Amino acid sequence: MIKFKEYIKPKTIEDAYNLLTTKNAEIIGGGAFLRLSNRKIDVAIDLIDANLNFTKETNDSVEIGSMVVISEFEENPVLSKLYNGFLKNVSETVLSFQMRNIITVGGTLYPKYGFSDLITALLVLPTEVYLYKSGKFSVEDFLKIRLEHKDILEKIVIKKENLKTSFQYIRNSEYDFSILNVAVSKGNEVKIAVGGRPAVAQLAYKTMQFLHGKDLNEEIIKEAAKMVSEEIPFADDIKASKEYRKKVCEALVKRALLEVM
Amino acid sequence: MKEVTRKIPKKDALGLLLGKPVYTDDLAPKNSLIVKILRSPHAFAKIKNIDTLEATNIEGIECILTYKDVPRIPVTRAGQGYPEPSPHDWYILDEYVRYVGDEVAIVAGKDEKCVDEALKKIKVEYEVFEPVLDFEKAEGHSSVIHPEKETHPMFEIGFDAQKNIAASYEMEIGSVEEELKKCDVVVSERFYTQAQAHVAFEPHSAASYIDMQGRLVILTSTQVPFHVRRIIAEAFDIPIKNIRVIKPRIGGGFGGKQAVHGEPFVAAVTLKTGKPAKIVYTRQEVFEATYSRHPMRYDITLGATKDGKLKVIDMQGLSDTGAYGEHALTTFMVAGSKTLPMYNKVDAVRFKGKVVYTNKVPAGAYRGYGAIQGNFALESAIDILAEKLGMDPTEFRRKNMIREGETSPIFKIMGEGREGVDMVVRSCKLNECLEEGMKLINWKEKFPRKKISETKYRGIGLAIAMQGSGIANIDMGAAILKLNDDGSFNLLVGATDLGTGSDTILAQIAAEVLNVPTEDIIVYSSDTDLTPFDVGAYASSTTYVSGNAVKRAAEKMKKLIIKEGALKLRLDESKVDFDGKYIYETNGNKKVSLKELATVLLYTENQKQLISDASYVGEESPPPFMAGFAEVEVDVETGKVKLINYVAVVDCGVTINPNLAKIQVEGGLVQGIGMTLFEDVKYSPNGKLLTNNLMHYKIPSRIDIGNIIVKFVESYEPTGPFGAKSVAEIGIDTPPAAIANAIYNAVGVRIKTLPITPEKILMNLNKK
Amino acid sequence: MKINVTINNEKKELEIAPDDILLDVLRRYGYHSVRRGCDTGMCGICTVLLDGKPVPSCSIFAARVDGHEITTIEGLPEAKELAKILAEEGADQCGFCSPGLIVNTVYLKKLKIKKIEEVKIKLIGNLCRCTGYVGQHRAIEKFLGVEK
Repeated sequence: MIKFKEYIKPKTIEDAYNLLTTKNAEIIGGGAFLRLSNRKIDVAIDLIDANLNFTKETNDSVEIGSMVVISEFEENPVLSKLYNGFLKNVSETVLSFQMRNIITVGGTLYPKYGFSDLITALLVLPTEVYLYKSGKFSVEDFLKIRLEHKDILEKIVIKKENLKTSFQYIRNSEYDFSILNVAVSKGNEVKIAVGGRPAVAQLAYKTMQFLHGKDLNEEIIKEAAKMVSEEIPFADDIKASKEYRKKVCEALVKRALLEVM
Repeated sequence: MKEVTRKIPKKDALGLLLGKPVYTDDLAPKNSLIVKILRSPHAFAKIKNIDTLEATNIEGIECILTYKDVPRIPVTRAGQGYPEPSPHDWYILDEYVRYVGDEVAIVAGKDEKCVDEALKKIKVEYEVFEPVLDFEKAEGHSSVIHPEKETHPMFEIGFDAQKNIAASYEMEIGSVEEELKKCDVVVSERFYTQAQAHVAFEPHSAASYIDMQGRLVILTSTQVPFHVRRIIAEAFDIPIKNIRVIKPRIGGGFGGKQAVHGEPFVAAVTLKTGKPAKIVYTRQEVFEATYSRHPMRYDITLGATKDGKLKVIDMQGLSDTGAYGEHALTTFMVAGSKTLPMYNKVDAVRFKGKVVYTNKVPAGAYRGYGAIQGNFALESAIDILAEKLGMDPTEFRRKNMIREGETSPIFKIMGEGREGVDMVVRSCKLNECLEEGMKLINWKEKFPRKKISETKYRGIGLAIAMQGSGIANIDMGAAILKLNDDGSFNLLVGATDLGTGSDTILAQIAAEVLNVPTEDIIVYSSDTDLTPFDVGAYASSTTYVSGNAVKRAAEKMKKLIIKEGALKLRLDESKVDFDGKYIYETNGNKKVSLKELATVLLYTENQKQLISDASYVGEESPPPFMAGFAEVEVDVETGKVKLINYVAVVDCGVTINPNLAKIQVEGGLVQGIGMTLFEDVKYSPNGKLLTNNLMHYKIPSRIDIGNIIVKFVESYEPTGPFGAKSVAEIGIDTPPAAIANAIYNAVGVRIKTLPITPEKILMNLNKK
Repeated sequence: MKINVTINNEKKELEIAPDDILLDVLRRYGYHSVRRGCDTGMCGICTVLLDGKPVPSCSIFAARVDGHEITTIEGLPEAKELAKILAEEGADQCGFCSPGLIVNTVYLKKLKIKKIEEVKIKLIGNLCRCTGYVGQHRAIEKFLGVEK
């Protein structure tokens, strides 16, 4: 269990950042997983009072503060309708309702957890991640960069576009992390993301390039699904083998593409 | 029958539901020292040096005990009747550590913080040995897990520690080899089951203190208070009379608490310091360091003639008891004794095998107790045979299964750890369970499969099962009834309510005899000072054994009431009867109310305390029976299995409190489903249990179980209390084979190792 | 450090260490209906309402709830009604998981959820090992007025 000597709730993200960079400190997001680590730090920073708990809707986008809990995707009137309930459907499969009431958007994205279903889903939407010091990134760039200094995730912004979406996953027990998950969106372009590989979600660039300019039909979909399973790297872990993930990836991508065809 | 068939809520229902603080951790003395255990990081090692000096000096630490500080007396942790059929191979602390998680030192301090710090400061030097991690390679392995000479069995159980054998058994009726030659169709298959964990939600907890008479009092979350008392007395070499064990409310057991776990450690601290002490296991410790189900391997050979008659069963097994031999022989024998009698018309049957030690998490008692492992193997093999014969699997069962009034030679030969008891099955409606289940699942229409889409197929499969009701000639339970002035009764029983509601149903049995409402029977249970002996809650003994004791005690009480009532009415006893409210003249008008009689008897006239007592040992162990039918949907692109319907039809004799009986079956079924589809056990190459928390070890969730339908077909067991048998374990046995058979029928893939995961199915599908 | 929390409508001042877990603090202050079942936030047995929403108290630092409201089963008058229905169905066994389940289900009544599939999703994080869930759902459907 994590141990610390001080628990501070800064009133602004600036105060939080100062604490983070001047002390042996960590940000407590939902606290769900950080709690399990065996580390000893001096200061735990809780952003709950730092005004990061907002949801702002404009004509062309939705802004979600990093301290918004992911159950809001089910309960918030704006978020639950976004992309026809796409994020609601994904969020409802994440762990338990109680956990979703404490797991935050920032706490999901910042650690780049491989098992996250939401990250896979956000990858296929026009999502931007705002870090306090390092600035704005597309979510796919954010997942790739290695930050040199600690930073704080302030908000994400999801643009509203005309997209068809699909989310597929495979698990043994429904109350579990996914063994593999797949998200697809189709607008002018098709985006395909695969997560739970077990590493963090990735876009299938080669396949997306292959689909560029093509109309989706059953044959093309079959070929694309196979391409994704060959393009994305998989590995073994306690839940499943690399081979299984590869096979299942093909099936899930096929189903997702059929849904948005 | 009035009271026993009432669907009355449990007596403790509202208290428990609304969160009353009634479990061990809630009731432990407030000033208890916190006790934690330093555990071995190695699967097999010897402690060369252990230095506790720095740790002991931490502020708040009261004592730290190593193997040098506690008695070295071999006992078994297993809660079984004495002398136990499990080897005495466990020591409170030992120089050897035999699995990752084995106890190395006991630390006690004023709070968790100082104890956690002390645990980190204990310095241990180990001599590490090569661990035995594969049970198929354990026999004769160069690493001998129990080389110590003090370890011994209590009687002949085939124990051979030098070869890592904890127990072995064999029996044969007729000649398997000879009869196989006469068979037209033979199948031979091998099956494996895994080390399922109980996951009772209250972690193992124990507290101890010295009372004002200088006696050691232990408060513990246990299924076996009387065995705990005896084992602690033995392990510490203190007289049984100086120990009192109390079981408060407990949060589930399922066999996981049919042993000593934390009690020796708190007792050691209390005896050393004179202070109260408490231990509450973490969930990880419950996974790693209590015990789980014996993983087993079975080679089944079946022979039949082409008219569909089963002639030969050969069942040869290997069981992995882990680092210590709790319940080793008995679970192995039950795998045969509670499966083979179902096919009682064979000409030859053989059951043999060994139970080996490995350096893995110890194995022990778990609901089903070998029957579920044996059932998976046998009932899967039966389906394979039926297919080879071109027979419908239900038709094969119908032709070969045991029926009411029949017997099997297995009953006499195989008991639990010893010879069994010859018996005729006086109550058996297995055939009706089969027919009813077929109707409910719509067998004729759905067998074997239906194609739902290009990627989804549904299939149905079945399994039949039996269990027992207590261990004949061994399990004893007793009950005491006493009459209070308002006409209510105190019922004192040693029987252990794990949350099952046994307190309530035992009260219902007494109430039925006395013709009073169950609400007038106040139950107190499981306190070795105040309640009479009972072996405890295991082997499905509470309703049948403890229930019979209660029934007899109530019958005696009724006679006493009539006797005293007759005296009061100045009539001859033969002229008087008791209807629950009044003792009355059968052919006249004189009567006195129970309440008036009870008050007068305590205060005014002919004063005495009416008390009755009875003990009961079963002369038989009448089996409950069950037919389980699974309907699954298999996704052939992902291997995922969805459980659509599960139909369970049970004959447990008369159902006492049908609501509680139903919940026993439903709960057992979901545990069986968990073992079949979800609960996977994985170890690291060094022998550390990796699936040691609920993130990795998945018990079924609400969404995983599909539609479960439980029905009872009542039989009447003449030797049971009001016709009842048992219902505690039978529910768990059928899912592994029923689901494996359903999956085979759906997509032609036969999985023979549990759990059946999507990966196993998909990989096997692709091979075809 | 000291924190101010309203627990079951009572204002309380609690003495905690900065890294204390809410579950442990609640039990220390006598709220024994909140229990530890698993250490990894999976079982739901430690469920309490934080500002009216069900959360796993084993996964929250006590310092977080300074200035907020906690409700345990003792603070929910509707709990008795659900408890009675569960008892009448025989859908209770060891009782260890019950308070957490009841707290979460009482919250669901406010949401007016009527479809059983949605109820199961919201309750998935309340594990039970004794009952097999079937009996619990018989009772919960009655309590929530779920459509058949």
